[in-house]
Amino acid sequence: MKRYEQLIKDLGPRKFDRKGKLWMALLLVIIAAGIVAYIDQIIKGQVVTDMRDYVLWGFYISNFVFFVATSFVAAIVVAVLRLTKNEWRRPFVRLAEIVALACIVMAGITIIIDMARPDRMLNLFVHARLQSPITWDVIIIPTFIVVSLLLLYFPLLPDLAIMRDYYAKTKPRLSKVYGFFAMKWNWAAKQIKLQQKSVHLLALMIIPLGLILETIDAYLFSTTYRVGWDSSNFAPYFISGAMVSGIGSLVAVTYIVRRNKKLQEYITDFHFDKIGKLLNLALIVYVYFNINEYVVPLFTSKKAESEHLQTLLEGDYALPFWLVSVFGLLLPALLTIFKGFRKPRSLFIISIFVVLGSYWKRYLIVTPTLLHPYLPIQGVPESWHHYFPSLHEWLITGATLAMALLIITLLVRYVPVISIDRLAEDEGLPEAKHKEAGV
Amino acid sequence: MENQKNEKDTRRKFLNNGWKLGLASILGAGALAHLKDGFASEGSGETIELMDTEGNIIEVEASQVEEMMESTGAHNVRRGMPGRKFVMVIDLARCQNALACQRSCNKHHFVTGDNAWLKVYKMQETEDTAPHWMPTLCMHCDQPACVTVCPVDATFKREDGLVLIDNDRCVGCRFCMAACPYSTRVFNWSEPKQEFEMSMDMVEQMHSPEHAGMPSIKGTVDKCDFCPHQAVKGELPHCVTACPNGVFYFGDKNEDVVTNGNETVRLSKLLEENAGYRLFEDLGTDPSVYYLPPRDRLPFEEGLDNYDPYQSVEKPDEPAENPEAS
Repeated sequence: MKRYEQLIKDLGPRKFDRKGKLWMALLLVIIAAGIVAYIDQIIKGQVVTDMRDYVLWGFYISNFVFFVATSFVAAIVVAVLRLTKNEWRRPFVRLAEIVALACIVMAGITIIIDMARPDRMLNLFVHARLQSPITWDVIIIPTFIVVSLLLLYFPLLPDLAIMRDYYAKTKPRLSKVYGFFAMKWNWAAKQIKLQQKSVHLLALMIIPLGLILETIDAYLFSTTYRVGWDSSNFAPYFISGAMVSGIGSLVAVTYIVRRNKKLQEYITDFHFDKIGKLLNLALIVYVYFNINEYVVPLFTSKKAESEHLQTLLEGDYALPFWLVSVFGLLLPALLTIFKGFRKPRSLFIISIFVVLGSYWKRYLIVTPTLLHPYLPIQGVPESWHHYFPSLHEWLITGATLAMALLIITLLVRYVPVISIDRLAEDEGLPEAKHKEAGV
Repeated sequence: MENQKNEKDTRRKFLNNGWKLGLASILGAGALAHLKDGFASEGSGETIELMDTEGNIIEVEASQVEEMMESTGAHNVRRGMPGRKFVMVIDLARCQNALACQRSCNKHHFVTGDNAWLKVYKMQETEDTAPHWMPTLCMHCDQPACVTVCPVDATFKREDGLVLIDNDRCVGCRFCMAACPYSTRVFNWSEPKQEFEMSMDMVEQMHSPEHAGMPSIKGTVDKCDFCPHQAVKGELPHCVTACPNGVFYFGDKNEDVVTNGNETVRLSKLLEENAGYRLFEDLGTDPSVYYLPPRDRLPFEEGLDNYDPYQSVEKPDEPAENPEAS
């Protein structure tokens, strides 16, 4: 009995402490500032950004690509590890689902922010043309949102029921809310069978959906003639990049949650070592695709492509390019080979570099290319020859990141981050309900 | 790439065949009907002179000729003018960056942003190769990359070769701008500061993809429209008539005729004799704009006075130049 109580106490909902409240306040302030900036953008037009006719996509799009990439974590950690029956995935699964859901929802919102006429959004359905990669996005993103949501929700049902029962007497109103979402879950054999089948199906679905999502994201760029985008390497390059930013973000989030909720007992060094190995694999694969993308073209690139490469390797964008490549990719790939660097704390620090690197990597994919059109940039103001996000872009983009963190924070606040139901069963506690049902 | 092209070609062939088959069956049916009539009113003896496709005058019995009704269907903005294929030829040898084309285009399309739709580039590939001036506008490609990526069919390709924009449908995603290799598309980043001499009601009434910039709409894409509003009136695009050197030839590829306002020439002959080419032929965009190489060109240096690398749209007059003030 005691252990079961302990599980619920450790993993169940917990009120925000002072730090938590401050964090929430900070997020809300950032979001409010972003909303004000966005309203201003709606009124004045995209002129409030630093984008112009040459750099016609900027921070919003690279932010969008980051969100899409990070949401891939659901496919990789939840589904692949589930289907390969890797038991060590347990403490990461729910957090991965939460991160994926938050990111894909924000990806959908971010792409609307970049649209100059959000008032005409319905045209995307009414006048949809199937050959446009944007239409593919319009189809895949909502699909991925729904499947991610279900993949979070269905495995959560028993835990919601546990919360419902636990709070039945002490907090009847909270119990009612959990009860509503628990959909009368009572560990009936029929329910369990249906649930397991559904989750298995969703896990099978999310892998191809994730691959399609990342691929379409890459096609947004590679279906154009632009130097630096027009690359058949782009789809696998994006998929492997998505593995990196997804797992990196998951490690960072897991570490922070573990620290704040004091879950060291549940998420151990062993788990970090394992996920560190997975991150290492992702990084090495990504290094490989980066070689395909930046090193091989050095040999055969046409003039325009050489200029583009030169901007990245030693020109205007050399500093960010090398910072991102060395500290966000090469060093993490090297360090995570060694066991010592896969300890929770060091892996956390590495993951922060990986996530920052992944974030600015997308900026480097989007912007420099646009500054290298086929015809020279002439007859436009001098300021159009460069791009740096404006205050509006910073505020709005900051708000989208804060919203993603807000979604994660709230879900972590109310939802057991590791399945109590599963743990109780694994530990053979008398309260575990699965046995009663004979499953 | 080659494969894709082949595939496109076969598809086009298939469509082409289908179209021909359809036409043939209509003609066949018509002929049958005519045959019946023909028996009824055998030879009235009257003849009329006609010109055949080779340009020869032939005499045909009047009863053999049937008057064809002109297509009476309302003009369809998305279909364009039947039987036309608008093209342009730009003679680089005659361009000296006078910029009259650009000013005229800006004026008649009410271009008030910072990026003109018609640009004159100062081109020099390497230090050793000769500099020249190169006007560019929308290439009205037959394989338009912009049209392919538009998610809402706001930019579309017409049968007469034009690529136009429906600014009432555009969602402002700017994918077409990313797709266009000629950097020809311009975005309305803010509310356009256009001024019209006529009333706004009139402007709204004239608002059509066939007269881009009339008016421009915030958050949507604009570009050169090849001036179909002029073609309807039987007039040439503004840039063609404005150019003092006759750089621009405009015409119909089906008729094989282009004109720069002063001289009217056979398109095929002009291209043949001057080794005409198209920009970025290797991309496979199939542009409708041809270039004649800058051979024996007007002195390049004279254009330098007009050259401003940072401006293509003149800003409204300074107060001092205001005619009312003087």
